Amino acid sequence: MATLQLKNLHAEVVEADEKILNGVDLEVESGEIHALMGPNGSGKSTTAKVIAGHPAYEVTEGEVLIHLDDDEFGDEVEIPDDKRTWNLLELEPNERAALGVFLGFQYPAEIEGVTMVNFLRQALNAKLGEREELFEDDDEEEEEEEEAGYDTSPMEGPADEGEVGVAEFQQILSEKMEQLDMDEKFAQRYLNAGFSGGEKKQNEVLQAAILEPSIAVLDEIDSGLDIDRLQDVSNGINALRDEQGTGILQITHYQRILDYVEPDHVHVMLDGEIAKSGGAELAEKLEDKGYDWVREEVYEAA
Amino acid sequence: MSSEQDQLQETNTEERFAFKKEERSAVRSEKGLTEEVVRLISEDKGEPEWMLDRRLRALEHYQNMPMPTDWPGQPDLSELDVGEIVPYIRPDVDKRAGADSWDDLPEDIQDTFEKLGIPEAERKALSGVGAQYESEVVYQNMQEQWEQKGVVFMNMDEAVQEHPDLVKEHFMTSCVPPSDNKFAALHGAVWSGGSFVYVPEDVTVEMPVQAYFRMNSEGMGQFEHTLIIAEPGSEVHYIEGCSAPKYGTHNLHSGGVEVFVKEDAHVQYSTVQNWSKNTFNLNTKRALVEAGGRMEWVSGSMGSKATMLYPCSILKGRGASANHISIAFAGEGQDIDTGAKVYHNAPRTKSTIESKSISKDGGRTNYRGLVHISDGAEHSSTSVECDALMFDNESTSDTMPYMEIDENKVDVAHEATVGKIGDEDVFYLQSRGLDDDDAKQMIVSGFIEPLTEELPIEYAVEMNRLIELEMEGSLG
Repeated sequence: MATLQLKNLHAEVVEADEKILNGVDLEVESGEIHALMGPNGSGKSTTAKVIAGHPAYEVTEGEVLIHLDDDEFGDEVEIPDDKRTWNLLELEPNERAALGVFLGFQYPAEIEGVTMVNFLRQALNAKLGEREELFEDDDEEEEEEEEAGYDTSPMEGPADEGEVGVAEFQQILSEKMEQLDMDEKFAQRYLNAGFSGGEKKQNEVLQAAILEPSIAVLDEIDSGLDIDRLQDVSNGINALRDEQGTGILQITHYQRILDYVEPDHVHVMLDGEIAKSGGAELAEKLEDKGYDWVREEVYEAA
Repeated sequence: MSSEQDQLQETNTEERFAFKKEERSAVRSEKGLTEEVVRLISEDKGEPEWMLDRRLRALEHYQNMPMPTDWPGQPDLSELDVGEIVPYIRPDVDKRAGADSWDDLPEDIQDTFEKLGIPEAERKALSGVGAQYESEVVYQNMQEQWEQKGVVFMNMDEAVQEHPDLVKEHFMTSCVPPSDNKFAALHGAVWSGGSFVYVPEDVTVEMPVQAYFRMNSEGMGQFEHTLIIAEPGSEVHYIEGCSAPKYGTHNLHSGGVEVFVKEDAHVQYSTVQNWSKNTFNLNTKRALVEAGGRMEWVSGSMGSKATMLYPCSILKGRGASANHISIAFAGEGQDIDTGAKVYHNAPRTKSTIESKSISKDGGRTNYRGLVHISDGAEHSSTSVECDALMFDNESTSDTMPYMEIDENKVDVAHEATVGKIGDEDVFYLQSRGLDDDDAKQMIVSGFIEPLTEELPIEYAVEMNRLIELEMEGSLG
């Protein structure tokens, strides 16, 4: 089990000095699906990026914590008692990833020249390596001082570095791609380069499936999808929860995806705060009535 | 191999300077390049009279030509004191006292080898000790295999003795005459070592001809000459590489490469070079391509203080073609000015130029290109693509693509992109678990992928590793 906890989170854009988050409180546990809804500009994407550590945002107040149970990463990684809670704001984005936080992008980067299969294997190995380092006893750390260099001669070509070898990874990738109904040819394509909108979204879910995060924040993963692709992507998200126990924070504008990915909790964000929370029925009400009634309710109360 | 040759280059910095003084007093020459020095080199090599004459004529050109200083945006050569180069030539003579063990190598070079993962035996070879033996074996084996087909691959110095007719005809005559530019003239006067490759008609050399260890082992130094003659219908891939060992040894590299691509022949010349950061790298590389011939230049330029290098293809015959692929990397204090020149002098000739550059920590890269299509070279086509990637706002990148088109019926395309390594791209990869360095490294390897895919795997790997080391800032 893992819990992601946002406590009174305030953040602004570094360059513009513009405040976007005004005290967000939110808690997502593994195995749960939360929908985060709200009009454009309300702070949903910022919340996602701040969780993952985007350098464009500065947190001015509050905390982002992750709590891990000792068996969160299986039997092989033992998590010491004093390392079960981490303040993500003190960590690099890749360290956050190693602790099990995944961000599914609305507009993923396109990286030319890097094949999917190479990228994903390197990412998986980097994550496993980083995780080991994070949970390593501080005393041991020094002995393991970086061993610079390479094990092989340049005449032999690239080494099969990392915990997951090429062959083993190929197997994992094929399985996951089949589950997501993705063409095997994807593996040899360059990362997101020339992918259609739908393919990119599918690719985000594929990456989550391979990296097996504790908590996945999916930023408008439903935008720009036709109905077939929406179903594929939704199936992938449900599988993340059902098979890996991932906790999902689903950011969306629309009720539509929630027909396929049924949320346990729905939160409405307005002006950089969670204005209202409820169950799945809240999303339906939003679909019917829009956001104005929430705004009225909140301001009246205030 | 003689033990004299075993004692290769001077690499320890302190010794290098000490050595320089010693040499100068031995030669007792005034500063600058003199006739005596040129005669001495020629004599040391036991050269025939005609080669000495060529050297002396080249020297005359050198002395009469001004330093190129007025190209727009050209690298600053004011720190280059050509008078200082003389002692550097002399290591070819008998005073090669220097590193004869791994431990004598400067730490940064050792470190580089270490990081490149070059095994002990190979290190010895690369540091110039075991190389003779090791590479000689490799070299002989290959030679035997090729000899049966009439292929020649040997040191350029030897070729002067053993294949005088071929050398006499082709060496710095029609392809790169010494009058071409000041550094070609300099090269013609003081050239030393290099490779000679001859491929007879209709012979295909299936495996690449590699001057990998040889460059170091035979002390090709900084004025090596490469002469490749591919007779009609033949095919060869020549690779020159292994960069690291050249580290810290010289401050001027002025190589010359001449390639003769006869009718329907196909030559690929690939090089991955990495120079010490105090090197001026000023080269002349040119191919003459006859009808139906195909020339491919693949080059990775790393290191150096300033590089000026524009491999040139002269498409002389109908249907001749050339591909130029180059990649440059400039870090702090470096100015890498590189590109391509293609002359379309016949109908239906075709060229493609793909240039990639990366600049970091205030380094500068420049693509300088010239495509000339002569009147009458109808139905010729050219396509130029330059992409520049910058790491930060301090680094710069320029593109200077000159096109001289004197014929109407041609197809010309040019495309240039300049971009900064995107924060969003880096963040995306970081969010997937890669650290900042690995993320940038991955973006750069992807960026240079079109080049690395043209190279045999060991060169591709080395290229990637060199760039990786550059990016870590661990190459000093």
